[in-house]
Amino acid sequence: MTKTYNNKAWFLVLPVLFLVAMNAVIPLMTVVNYSLQETFGDNLFFWAGTANYEAVLSSERFHTALLRQFIFTFTILAIEIPLGVAIALAMPKSGPWASVCLVLMALPLLIPWNVVGAMWNIFSLPDIGLLGWSLNSLAGAISSLLNLPPDQALTFNYTNQIGSAWFVVILMDVWHWTSLVVLLAYAGLRSIDDAYYRAAKIDGASRWAVFRYIQLPKMRQVLIIAVLLRFIDSFIVYTEPFVLTGGGPGNATTFLSIDLVKSALGEFNLGYAAAMSVIYFLISLFVCWLFYTLMTQSDAKREYEQ
Amino acid sequence: MAKITLDHIRHAYATAPRGEDTQYALKELNHDWTDGGAFALLGPSGCGKTTLLNVISGLITPTEGRILFDGEDVTHLPPEARNIAQVFQFPVVYDTMTVADNLAFPLRNRGVPADKVKSRVADILDMLDLTGLADRKAHSLTADLKQKISLGRGMIREDVSAILFDEPLTVIDPHLKWQLRSQLKKLHRELSTTMVYVTHDQTEALTFADKVVVMLAGEVIQVGTPEELFSQPEHTFVGYFIGSPGMNVIPVTIDGVHAKLGEHTVDIGGAVDAPASAQMALGVRPEYVRLGDEGLAFQVDRVDDVGREKIVHGRISGNKVSAILGEDDTVPTDPKATFMPQGINVYANERRVEVRR
Repeated sequence: MTKTYNNKAWFLVLPVLFLVAMNAVIPLMTVVNYSLQETFGDNLFFWAGTANYEAVLSSERFHTALLRQFIFTFTILAIEIPLGVAIALAMPKSGPWASVCLVLMALPLLIPWNVVGAMWNIFSLPDIGLLGWSLNSLAGAISSLLNLPPDQALTFNYTNQIGSAWFVVILMDVWHWTSLVVLLAYAGLRSIDDAYYRAAKIDGASRWAVFRYIQLPKMRQVLIIAVLLRFIDSFIVYTEPFVLTGGGPGNATTFLSIDLVKSALGEFNLGYAAAMSVIYFLISLFVCWLFYTLMTQSDAKREYEQ
Repeated sequence: MAKITLDHIRHAYATAPRGEDTQYALKELNHDWTDGGAFALLGPSGCGKTTLLNVISGLITPTEGRILFDGEDVTHLPPEARNIAQVFQFPVVYDTMTVADNLAFPLRNRGVPADKVKSRVADILDMLDLTGLADRKAHSLTADLKQKISLGRGMIREDVSAILFDEPLTVIDPHLKWQLRSQLKKLHRELSTTMVYVTHDQTEALTFADKVVVMLAGEVIQVGTPEELFSQPEHTFVGYFIGSPGMNVIPVTIDGVHAKLGEHTVDIGGAVDAPASAQMALGVRPEYVRLGDEGLAFQVDRVDDVGREKIVHGRISGNKVSAILGEDDTVPTDPKATFMPQGINVYANERRVEVRR
């Protein structure tokens, strides 16, 4: 049989190529282009080579922002994944309450990001916000209980305390995004056949053994997706902490994206900001790849062993 | 090992309407299952046999009645406290464990010492021909190997009151079915544990069990040895459901020692006690229908040659009747049917009535 060679089919790929070029390749290349040059306005550009990259990589400010970013991301992952699984386990399996829970869980996900930031901003204000006022009163009560002198009295004010600011930023992210983990984990749990639970009962398995040997292995796939989604989203988070704290107090909650916007739009340091964008992009890409490989590797290893 | 007593058990699922017309998934049951017996629950899909099994295992608490193991009331005990093992229709394996760990799981959960677990697991692996797979992860195995593991987990504990099987061979290849069934049978002889086996396959039920419990629409309609079910079905359904092809059920009117079938008369060998208004019928298995030159006019519809015998489907006075002929017999050109006297059962309203000979 002779094969007909007809390469016209390649033309069918053109529309996708066009779309990808317009929304990804060209903007990215523009950024790469900026990153290799220096400008002082007037649309005048000077070749800078790798100078911008060297500046970013050796910048103390970049290092601390990156560190803050990793601390933030791993903290929320460490809270949201176990908490999401726990809530999914506690939710009713069927009936009207299951639907009520699902709707309640989905609500935070429907709120626009800047609204979430604004809500928590007001909610946490130390004098008029419900959360801020309550925490402040609690801190005051504890202080008087411990007989602390007035200059050492505990207070809560996220606008000028680093710890309080981090507390609110993390609480806000947990409030906003744990639901996503819950919904994914819940879907994973619902797909487990009842026979597994019956068999486990008859085998005398403890609640922990049911979780460890039935529920967790069956949720594995959805949890990989949950971790990846939450990693990416939290690693590039901008709107919510920006609206809540604006990166402050000082630079205490200035994550990478906030720092990037400050460099690009605040300081109009386009070349530096472009180089930072490219590095930022490569870091998130690399960490995603690392996560994915580590989490799926044990699967591959299991297959290989057999 | 235990005697299982069902004391006026009734069960309705929560969704069924209550009150006068409660629809019971299980109608009133009163029954003793002797210690060490092999029982089969046989019936069509939806007849309540799995419900009954779950009542015994404790996965379902019956709406009414008590269930006793060796005289001890276990009605409200959870499955793990009843000391029973159960094998389900579809394989249940713990994916992340090896085959050996899967088998060891019920023992380890009960704190059996490690060396004891090891020897017991080795025994079961050997019995099921799984020794070579002991260290494989369970999740990559085929469905029938997984089901073998499920069977193994059911049999691993030696001290169980009973082992319950819920259509365990549904997913198994036919040639393996024979093998596993005979392994189960052999195991029953060795362990003499009470075993209850749910199936809708009459061959499985009749070859596995000493006693077969036939169920229909939530009701036990006959409990008997395979021989009793074959020769004296208590209900026309039993006659029809067991045997291939099933028993011929021919509506008749009874007049003394004779049954009238259209223009024909059949001698039933004695009188029967039945209310005058009852719907009477003769039940004759195809094995007891003879085709020859004398008797009732038999109109042949179709002949199936199934290899070792011929099944002749036909009609007597418009009623469908089938007969079994030897492989070498030929169907007469103008066949007449006779019923062998020992094979005639008489039914009133579907229930068997005794013939006073």
